[in-house]
Amino acid sequence: MAIVTVPEKSVAVNPLKQSQALGASLAFLGLKGMIPLFHGSQGCTAFAKVVLVRHFREAIPLATTAMTEVTTILGGEENVEQALLTLVEKAKPEIIGLCTTGLTETRGDDIERFLKDIRDRHRELDHIPVIFAPTPDFKGALQDGFATAVESIVKEIPQAGGIRSEQVTILAGSAFTPGDLQEIKEIVTAFGLEPIFVPDLGASLDGHLEDNYTPVTGSGTSVKQLRQVGCSAFTIALGESMRGAAKILDERFNIPYEVFGELTGLEAVDEFLQALSILSSNPVPEKYRRQRRQLQDAMLDTHFYFGAKRVSLALEPDLLWGTVRFLQSMGTQIHAAVTTTRSPLLEKLPIKSVTIGDLEDFEELAVGSDLLIGNSNVGAIAKRLSIPLYRLGLPIYDRLGNGLFTKVGYRGTMELLFGIGNLFLEAEEERVKHFFGDV
Amino acid sequence: MNTQKKVNELLNESGCEHNQQKKGEKKNKSCTQQAQPGAAQGGCAFDGAMIALVPITDAAHLVHGPIACAGNSWGSRGSLSSGPQLYKMGFTTDMTENDVIFGGEKKLYKAILEIHQRYNPTAVFVYATCVTALIGDDINAVCKAAAEKIGTPVVPVIAPGFIGSKNLGNRFGGEALLDYVVGTAEPEFTTPYDINLIGEYNIAGEMWGVLPLFEKLGIRVLSKITGDARYEEIRYAHRAKLNVMICSRALLNMARKMEEQYGIPYIEESFYGIDDINRCLRNVAAKLGESLRDSSASRDLQERTEKLIAEETAALDIALAPYRARLKGKRVVLYTGGVKSWSIISAAKDLGIEVVATSTRKSTEEDKAKIKRLLGTEGMMLEKGNAQELLRLVKDTNADMLIAGGRNQYTALKARIPFLDINQERHHPYAGYVGMLEMARELYEALYSPIWDQIRKPAPWDEEAGTLNNFMSADEMFSASIEEVF
Repeated sequence: MAIVTVPEKSVAVNPLKQSQALGASLAFLGLKGMIPLFHGSQGCTAFAKVVLVRHFREAIPLATTAMTEVTTILGGEENVEQALLTLVEKAKPEIIGLCTTGLTETRGDDIERFLKDIRDRHRELDHIPVIFAPTPDFKGALQDGFATAVESIVKEIPQAGGIRSEQVTILAGSAFTPGDLQEIKEIVTAFGLEPIFVPDLGASLDGHLEDNYTPVTGSGTSVKQLRQVGCSAFTIALGESMRGAAKILDERFNIPYEVFGELTGLEAVDEFLQALSILSSNPVPEKYRRQRRQLQDAMLDTHFYFGAKRVSLALEPDLLWGTVRFLQSMGTQIHAAVTTTRSPLLEKLPIKSVTIGDLEDFEELAVGSDLLIGNSNVGAIAKRLSIPLYRLGLPIYDRLGNGLFTKVGYRGTMELLFGIGNLFLEAEEERVKHFFGDV
Repeated sequence: MNTQKKVNELLNESGCEHNQQKKGEKKNKSCTQQAQPGAAQGGCAFDGAMIALVPITDAAHLVHGPIACAGNSWGSRGSLSSGPQLYKMGFTTDMTENDVIFGGEKKLYKAILEIHQRYNPTAVFVYATCVTALIGDDINAVCKAAAEKIGTPVVPVIAPGFIGSKNLGNRFGGEALLDYVVGTAEPEFTTPYDINLIGEYNIAGEMWGVLPLFEKLGIRVLSKITGDARYEEIRYAHRAKLNVMICSRALLNMARKMEEQYGIPYIEESFYGIDDINRCLRNVAAKLGESLRDSSASRDLQERTEKLIAEETAALDIALAPYRARLKGKRVVLYTGGVKSWSIISAAKDLGIEVVATSTRKSTEEDKAKIKRLLGTEGMMLEKGNAQELLRLVKDTNADMLIAGGRNQYTALKARIPFLDINQERHHPYAGYVGMLEMARELYEALYSPIWDQIRKPAPWDEEAGTLNNFMSADEMFSASIEEVF
């Protein structure tokens, strides 16, 4: 229903978009014993690392093939080879995720052939899966890179086997935080199902202290678990961008799937729990029946503040979709929406228009709204326009607890409801003070 | 386009002490060595050039390349401005596949025009990236044409990431200023007390703690290169009487070339620690004094300087007393690069803190000698460092805390070690006398936080585990070098 517009301009000002390789590395970080490797010049890795370190406030393992001017001209095979050997020797990873960058994609390095030749030369790499995700910077955005990595994972690792009726695969897209995944894990497990998350950021980037220092990810989905994905009875894809990966599993192993666009808001969570109940043949646990009543109560308490408010959002497509649906379910109007990349979701958005653009576009469109929703870079715009900002997406530098922030399930919906509701409430009080300040 | 000749020239900066030790094995290779695949972690030349130039606050900084270069990095620097905010905007041509195939020159030209039209900057800096260098976009020509069209300076900065390290990129940034900016305008007036600050980027507003000192001495900072700078002031930097390089050899090529081209002498100083800031003020006064014809004016300047130092030091001593009492005898491991190694040691010593080990990466022989003197016989010097080495070192030396750059922050914190960030992403200014007090406060708070006992204590049901002793025992740790660039 929405008209998708792409402003015609030659310069992006205050980009909302991040690179595909950053997204792919984020996905890879949800696997245990992983070190993502960027095939590019060392800055490509350094920038991505800084973003992730500052957002999650965690040590992030990321490596680079350190391409130079000369190796770019001659071809990067040696650099890939040397990087793989160095990593295997020094970091002892259980799995490596290899992403390309604008540099090596422009050059046209044939990574699949590289990997085959390198493996032929080095039998010591036999036991280490290397997942390759083609992620040129000049195409797509973070969400696409994340999806590409997940697709590569499910193409390569899972093996066929007998179906295990309790086991479900959960493909979790880039719109979900580690806190979200923990909540989802708890819900799914409560139905007696055994989920395997691909990837599981909830285990790796939730900000827990490990007992020992490790140069690779300390936790996440293991290679062994990934292999067993072929035995799952069902695939739950979270976020439209995960549809491709779900299809691959369907094609490879004949595993049926369902895509859930969002798990925020009463109806969305209801549908999810109903599906889990059918899937597991178990009733919805008492705990969630209770939470549902809490959420309904919270909706009653907060709806005064949401009704008829105008909100502008700058988010990646999947996250935009879920947030728009949730806000509308509370009676909120969508004033403007800006996103990073194409998605079949955009046209289906129940709003007038959506812009694939940057934060300059957003700043123009957002004038006159009551609330902004976006990452930390929207902070400056919020100040200039004097409109409160609720932070969602990535990067978020100026708030604590991004790892554990939860917006899914009844509990997460309440967190979002109160978080946004409190901003509206505060703004309203400010306005009242302003009107009656002189009395 | 940049050529290998330029790269070599900048790598072998003759003013740099890294290159004055070329006697046999002593030859210091730290600038010319290449990043190792699978090991390197630092930024690239493009990153370095941005660091050096983005603090020019009223210019637009346009990245010509695909999204990663600008999209993943803009807005993350802690360099502050007292006025214009344009430098905080992220501008990029955000190249698509089509641009890569058909070339990005037209898009770049249009982008500059659009920026001019919408933001009217004093100047536009255009940064080449790996991809635009690879496809051969003639950025110099586009900048020239665009500058003529809009009547505003457009400065090409040709430091694509793959030509080298962040440090090299810094120098390329300096070259761009020398080639296109410095010497293109004249100041309204000059005084015998005009200096430039070079290599101070006003991280966390650090420079603002120091500028009032010069002002009190009647010394005018003509150009700040580049912290909180306006484009205009850099244009007339060639009229200063003295260049003061702050805590960094990154822009040494600028200081040396300005000496060659304009006869401006330069000195290298540091704002960290009481001794260093005192020495800095004295040296600046002495050097400026040399160029004064009137010897009584020169003497007057020295006297004013001594008086200021006495006043500031006395006031600081009183303010620091309570911190000194609590910090005395604490042991720290320091992990930084270059000059900062010794300048932070000197600051720590002022507070009675013992630096038990430090890295000497990127330090010159002269730096190392200074470090040795400051560390004493027991202090350890770490030639190569990485997360594993660092943790082991903290354990072996029984240190109370780690002082390093932000990238090592979580290595330390996850190992339950108190940490102080001295790198560029931090929010606290440590320069000058006010910075010294700030640093003392931060050190005190990091060391004496009540959290340390709690997070080191095993759960009551877990008493026997003694997990923390296992902490450094893992030998299978990453030994790739973790590069911190300053």
